[in-house]
Amino acid sequence: MSDRPVRTLFSGSRTGIGYKIVFTATIVVFTAAFVLPFLWLVLGAMKPAVELAKVPVTVLPETFNPGNYAEAWELMDLGKYFLNTVLVVAGAWFVQILFDVPAAYALSKLRPVFGDGVLVAMLVTLMLPPSTLLVPMYLTITDVPILGVNLVNNPAAIWLPAAANAFNIYLLKRFFDQIPTELLDAARMDGAGAVTVLWRVVLPMARPILAVVSILAVVAAWKDFIWPLLVFSDPSLQTLSVALQRFAPDTPINLLLAGLVLAALPMIAVFLLFQRHILAGLTAGSVKG
Amino acid sequence: MSASTLLRPAGAPAPDADRRPGRAPGRMRRRIVENLTAYGFLCAALVCFALFSWYPIVRGVLLAFQQVNFITDPEWVGFENFERLFADPLFWDAWGNTLLFTGLALVFGFFVPFLIAVLLNELRHAKGYFRLVVYLPVMLPPVVAALLWKWFYDPGPGLFNSILRTVGIDGPRWLDDSTTSLLSLVLVATWSNLGSATLIYLAALQTIPGELYEAAELDGANVVQRLRHVTIPQTRFVLLVLLLLQVVATMQIFTEPYIMTGGGPDDSTVTVLLLLYRYAFVYNDFGTASAMSTLLLVFLSVFSFAYLRITRRADA
Repeated sequence: MSDRPVRTLFSGSRTGIGYKIVFTATIVVFTAAFVLPFLWLVLGAMKPAVELAKVPVTVLPETFNPGNYAEAWELMDLGKYFLNTVLVVAGAWFVQILFDVPAAYALSKLRPVFGDGVLVAMLVTLMLPPSTLLVPMYLTITDVPILGVNLVNNPAAIWLPAAANAFNIYLLKRFFDQIPTELLDAARMDGAGAVTVLWRVVLPMARPILAVVSILAVVAAWKDFIWPLLVFSDPSLQTLSVALQRFAPDTPINLLLAGLVLAALPMIAVFLLFQRHILAGLTAGSVKG
Repeated sequence: MSASTLLRPAGAPAPDADRRPGRAPGRMRRRIVENLTAYGFLCAALVCFALFSWYPIVRGVLLAFQQVNFITDPEWVGFENFERLFADPLFWDAWGNTLLFTGLALVFGFFVPFLIAVLLNELRHAKGYFRLVVYLPVMLPPVVAALLWKWFYDPGPGLFNSILRTVGIDGPRWLDDSTTSLLSLVLVATWSNLGSATLIYLAALQTIPGELYEAAELDGANVVQRLRHVTIPQTRFVLLVLLLLQVVATMQIFTEPYIMTGGGPDDSTVTVLLLLYRYAFVYNDFGTASAMSTLLLVFLSVFSFAYLRITRRADA
């Protein structure tokens, strides 16, 4: 958006006819590839099922049924699955912040014995493809060692593993490393305990990184499919993604499409609201795709 | 996790330390208190890592050599699980499909985002719009994207064949035809994920100093030469890192085949992870499923270690 006249690959002018053609073509292709599918979905969701089955297709609905959204909500009981999803996502976010922030702070500033070893042991888990752990993870939640509980159909089966997130630890620690130790020592001199320093001095400074970690946590939890599919065998506890794929085979197509729109809306809204943070998180992590 | 519970155990060794002559008791005591505080801060995350990351890693490898039935204790069976896998023709199909999928996904998902990023870096208008729309599909839950594209792929009233019909082409049967089904899945996955790679490349391109292009131009380098000798070397690190990450990510493809094809038609879209899922959660053969995930783990470790080497070298 800010126009820096930095020299790039092509040295040609940005006012000539050639540039205008390329620019217009790019706008058209991008809109067709990335906006049109969404429009087609939103429109399709308002057509009657009979109209959707017709060839050739109609572009704008002949019979305009915006009520399909309400009907889909009702038929699939989407309110329940929204609540389930919010519970899973909010808990996953909360546990990640509550567990990973103090941990990263301890590794960065309190530097206990074996701290570096702990950090390496955490970061090594980043190298492991998560899906190769599906089977042992599933067996673990059916009978959690030490605790001796069965977490199948329990949202904690999503929350607690979410906190074992080395990327969070890495991002947070890197941020805490940049806070001057003198600043924290000064607070300690004033008689503040470690918890007070973290809560009153460090956290207010860490807002930008907390925003990045929070958004990554929320988006990842909302998008997740395979793990909630395994955890929630009880249909009434399932998240939206899991429920929608279960309903898909026997739901009228127009109502299913309406359900897809409703499930996508929160993420689109999050993106429009926090676009800057999301894109910052994408490049700040710099290498985690 | 209140401060008092963290500090209480520290009370015990402290008086001891005080009695010892010639030491600095205050400092000793402070070290202990500091360490206990630090591990108090760490303990919740450590428990989660131990239970849900470190323990499953070890257990997964052990399970590959066991037979589990939940009634009796797991039984050691040596390489039987692997032998059973190698005897399953579907195992080889799954690897073939997954490697083909990864290869195709790299053609689209690796080169296309780079070319898009190079293009976007040249444009001077509507930059915000391009960045916004290219990332929109990334925000879509994969289940939503898969179900949406399944509808687009419908050979009758689906969007794609409707568009093809308007220009007089009789479209393919996409997911229903074993020759196009895998490619159809590659297209959804690419559409869904290309935004993040594009924006990471774009950020890398913007760090290239303009003087390099100016100097290259003065030396008479044309556009292709500038791309080869300036753009690509300057972004080589990001290109390599994303290449490795994409291989690791696409080898684990599951959601799209699970929802869109269920592995069909004619097993043309059975992927490693889909077969692993069947072994574990359809046949309840956790041992064989673990043998499969161990093989996948070993295979992907090569890429993970390459990634580690490269990023380490860049840090140094």
